[in-house]
Amino acid sequence: MSIQDFIKNEVTGNDVVLFMKGTPQFPQCGFSGQVVQILDYVGAPYKGINVLDSAELRQGIKDYASWPTIPQLYVKGEFVGGADIVREMFQAGELQSFLAEKGVKVAAKV
Amino acid sequence: MTKPDKTLDRIRDRLTAALKPESIEVVDESGMHVGHAGAIPGKVTHVRVLITAEAFQGKSRLDRHRMVNDLLNHEMSAGLHALAIVPKAPGE
Repeated sequence: MSIQDFIKNEVTGNDVVLFMKGTPQFPQCGFSGQVVQILDYVGAPYKGINVLDSAELRQGIKDYASWPTIPQLYVKGEFVGGADIVREMFQAGELQSFLAEKGVKVAAKV
Repeated sequence: MTKPDKTLDRIRDRLTAALKPESIEVVDESGMHVGHAGAIPGKVTHVRVLITAEAFQGKSRLDRHRMVNDLLNHEMSAGLHALAIVPKAPGE
């Protein structure tokens, strides 16, 4: 399977996927860490994929959405944006409504 | 400390020529990332661009970011590691 097929499988097979540096438990980049915090805060279940595991994946994900940086967030197969965009959407309250529109169930806040 | 690195000037010139911004600020944040991945001492590796331009009017967030990214492609390939963008249309 090519790296592009692998990425396509991941983003279509999982509702919310974050390509990031490090893992949700141990982000290895401040921008990836910010997106993890936001997703955790809104209670969205997501799959984190560590691009540092593979040089091929690290380049492949940049090609996939023609987006030069990491992290990259995908919802239902659609590229949403990087750290700036996710943060802007969150601050405007749009991330939550976007996820709801896409049919992603978020955990109720305690 | 002034850096001999001309990255900031190149970014400002390129965006100014292409997008005719009302205002533009290109900030070197490399110092905030010392010791992190992608940081190279003495080099501009982490940049934040605050830009207000009529060209962004009616464009989505994604489109605005892509407009800036596309203009700065060559900087990314030349060692710019992180590019934060705050794109606004006038009045926002």
